Amino acid sequence: MACLRSDRSSTPKARFHSALLARLGLIGATLALAGCNTVLMHPSGDVALQQGQLIVVSTILMLLIIVPVIVLTFVFAWRYRQSNREADYQPDWDHSIQLELVIWAAPLLIIIALGAITWISTHTLDPYRPLQRLDANRSFSPSAKPLTIEVVALDWKWLFLYPDQGIAVVNDLAAPVDMPIEFRITAETVMNSFFIPALAGQIYAMPGMETQLHAVINHAGDYRGFSANYSGAGFSQMHFQFHGLSAGDFEQWVQSVKASGGSLDRTGYLALQKPSVSEPIHRYGAVEAGLYQAILNRCVAVGTPCMHDMMSMNPSTVTTGMRQDTAAPMAMAPDATVMPAPGTHPHRD
Amino acid sequence: MSLQPDFLKLLLGRLTLEDIPYHEPILIGTFIGVSLGALGVLGALTWFRLWGPLWRDWITSIDHKKIGVMYIVLGLIMLLRGFGDAILMRLQQAISFGDAAGFLPPHHYDQLFSVHGVIMIFFVAMPFVTGLMNFVVPLQIGARDVAFPFLNNFSFWMTAGGAILVMISLFVGEFARTGWLAYPPLSGIAASPDVGVDYYIWSLQVAGVGTMLSGVNLIATIVKMRAPGMTMMKMPIFTWTALCTNALIVVAFPVLTAVLALLSMDRYLGTHFFTNDMGGNAMMYVNLIWVWGHPEVYILILPVFGVFSEVVATFCGKRLFGYASMVYATVVITILSYLVWLHHFFTMGSGASVNSFFGITTMVISIPTGAKVFNWLFTMYRGRIRFELPMLWTMGFMVTFVIGGMTGVLLAVPPADFVLHNSLFLIAHFHNVIIGGVVFGAMAGITYWFPKAFGYRLDPFWGRCSFWFWLVGFYFAFMPLYVLGLMGVTRRLSHFDDPSLQIWFQLAAVGAGLVALGIVSMIIQFVVSFLRRDALRDTTGDPWDGRTLEWSTSSPPPAYNFAFTPVVHENDAWTDMKRRGYVRPVEGFIPIHMPKNTAAGFVLAMLSTVCGFALVWQMWPLAALSFAALIAGTIFHTFNYNRDFHIPAADVDRVERARTQLLTSHV
Repeated sequence: MACLRSDRSSTPKARFHSALLARLGLIGATLALAGCNTVLMHPSGDVALQQGQLIVVSTILMLLIIVPVIVLTFVFAWRYRQSNREADYQPDWDHSIQLELVIWAAPLLIIIALGAITWISTHTLDPYRPLQRLDANRSFSPSAKPLTIEVVALDWKWLFLYPDQGIAVVNDLAAPVDMPIEFRITAETVMNSFFIPALAGQIYAMPGMETQLHAVINHAGDYRGFSANYSGAGFSQMHFQFHGLSAGDFEQWVQSVKASGGSLDRTGYLALQKPSVSEPIHRYGAVEAGLYQAILNRCVAVGTPCMHDMMSMNPSTVTTGMRQDTAAPMAMAPDATVMPAPGTHPHRD
Repeated sequence: MSLQPDFLKLLLGRLTLEDIPYHEPILIGTFIGVSLGALGVLGALTWFRLWGPLWRDWITSIDHKKIGVMYIVLGLIMLLRGFGDAILMRLQQAISFGDAAGFLPPHHYDQLFSVHGVIMIFFVAMPFVTGLMNFVVPLQIGARDVAFPFLNNFSFWMTAGGAILVMISLFVGEFARTGWLAYPPLSGIAASPDVGVDYYIWSLQVAGVGTMLSGVNLIATIVKMRAPGMTMMKMPIFTWTALCTNALIVVAFPVLTAVLALLSMDRYLGTHFFTNDMGGNAMMYVNLIWVWGHPEVYILILPVFGVFSEVVATFCGKRLFGYASMVYATVVITILSYLVWLHHFFTMGSGASVNSFFGITTMVISIPTGAKVFNWLFTMYRGRIRFELPMLWTMGFMVTFVIGGMTGVLLAVPPADFVLHNSLFLIAHFHNVIIGGVVFGAMAGITYWFPKAFGYRLDPFWGRCSFWFWLVGFYFAFMPLYVLGLMGVTRRLSHFDDPSLQIWFQLAAVGAGLVALGIVSMIIQFVVSFLRRDALRDTTGDPWDGRTLEWSTSSPPPAYNFAFTPVVHENDAWTDMKRRGYVRPVEGFIPIHMPKNTAAGFVLAMLSTVCGFALVWQMWPLAALSFAALIAGTIFHTFNYNRDFHIPAADVDRVERARTQLLTSHV
């Protein structure tokens, strides 16, 4: 299987072969080769790579059944055509214990194998699970700290906040190569899906909820990122560049964002989240503390109660505090009550 | 003076002249085309004095055969609309690259993919399978009609009413721009304040009532009205699949009705079931809609599995291989279809154990499905296969569907789904199973039972053209989408930047063009067959050497289906009767008790449609009035005791004598 090969650069000879096949009109083979040369089959992040390999393995497993079925369909259709009087004709033959055992058992065995693969891979590639390896050969200590990026899907642009760096960017994303990233993802108005095919599978961005994605990029480069779930008029333009950078380049990138000077506070966010299409890149060198938690809990606007407060609301908590100290770089709105507690996703099992 | 606009506003609700899209040339062109077509049809009806027969013999008919035919006609008409939408989308995606924005702005494009999905599922695929079940099931079980004939007529017109609402949305206002399942918060009042989602809600609510009642009706028919001797394990497979399908309908459709009702409460009354704030949760909608939505795909595919089973056995001249395992497979699929809904949203943050559970249950469904495919395969084995049109569609199905099944199982592996979800790979997958399965099955069923319904076969030449255009067109249209999916291209985009993708979209557009030729061939096939109906005439009632009871009566069957209720001893009852040297009774006929036509179903359904339209535009007086009329009409109809009559023995004798003459004259 061509897809199984992990070498990223296809040799001229291979290219010649695929071109030859195309000229021969073997559409199926061309499609297969075209499919192999795609971002999902040759991604640049370890998680996506494992997901791509899983597609190949599962497909091969199923072809064990599918190919014989298709071949037999043609063979039987030809052999038992009406005009072929040589062929055996048994109009009342409709039962065979052995055959029926085989036709139930063969798919069953394939599904048992596939089910086992599914159970294991779903747990190891769970987007909520912190990464334990950088790639097939290098492990990553679970105690080490990944890079945290907070993602907010807006109408129709992406806001990325780097809490540890204290910066934020709109429609532009960067991360160092071989450094696990922990994405925390939410949305402002409607559902979107955060997807960088070269990096890892998608996960939905939903208002009032937080999803997570752990991933790592293994090769430097610029990759396509976008919303995979239709979200309204500006959806087709809701994409961004994801830059995989060396550690030094990433540090430089952070400094350049910081140097760009702008700052993102609640007022700025409320202006930013208004619907817009093809929004240019914005860079913010400083971010108001607690902004992401306020977005997640739907209380950015002054005076709106936060969801996680409402969940545990009783008279004492409402009147006595839970007020965030205003030691943050930006002045806080006086009424806002923001909890730094981690938002929990309501759908974790 | 100021009273008048207020009064108008009360009457017309939100509807103003602005809502008529006279500024969109595509819509105006469509409107002119549709109007001319409609005028032509109306003119022809008047010219040939067909209004009376149309009203008496079709619109008010409670004959299951005519209602079945009307469902199929509705499906075919809506197929033209749904396919027109598909062509527009394919063209837009083929040209909208880089600086070229294409010819469809998002406002129009987003309606197109939403309405395409809604029409193809609810108003094409559903009418096809419901129509086939309606026509075939009573004939296959030796019954004279369904259990509740009036309800059957009402169900059809409710489905048609839903379709009418969707069609009106094309020219009055607009349709939803939310995708075919209208997930909130996008479909909520905050993100979609206009009438599009309301059209979506009310067209599905009106049609949903029809589907639900037709499910009840067919279950009662199959359970209570089988010919003597036809035990459950002697029912034809198509009837088995119809039973399971209708069980699915009865359990699943109330969920759709409920979830749409909750959504409309959010939109109309300001409740917070699915909103972002005030404790609402959109995930509940997503769960509920798929609790209906996944069984829905089995509602579509199970009956066509039944069609293929009948077709394979007939055209291989052989008993169906593994009847019992076919039945068990159908029942297992029915039950399992309720345990898989979460696989539609693995990517919404469920934990690994939940995702694995739903992934594995999904894969388990492929075991009985695989068994079915093998059963068809081994029915061909040691058979004597005639490649008539229905068998061609079946062969096309067997090869195409297994590919779609394979990609479906692939999507059931959650980590694979994380990269394939929402991608064009997914689009290719479900078109692969719905076109390769449901559409091919509907075509097989239509060509198979057409001579039974009309008394003449369909023209094989144009049928073959249609088949090959559909088959090749399908592969051209959707194989590139598999590749694009692997290239990380997702659905519902109206514009692309990467020029390397364009060739694949152009290929797909060519495929759509081929499918268009397939549809044109099908229309030509109907016309040519009608013109050549004498040459294609079926005088025997059994043109294919059929195996089940519907082939024992004449083509088309008399209103009462069977002069005497057949007695069943074996599977494949008609084959059994032929072997035992069955002799058709030619005398001793008795009067036959039959239901009477009524306009009530049509009237009530049109009142519901008007009510739906009024609710869309918030024309409260009209809504209240039509709703009151609906209730009053229903109550009034319950007092109609004049519902049945007896076909006199002399009439039966006359009809049967004519058939005897026909049979002897063509021996």
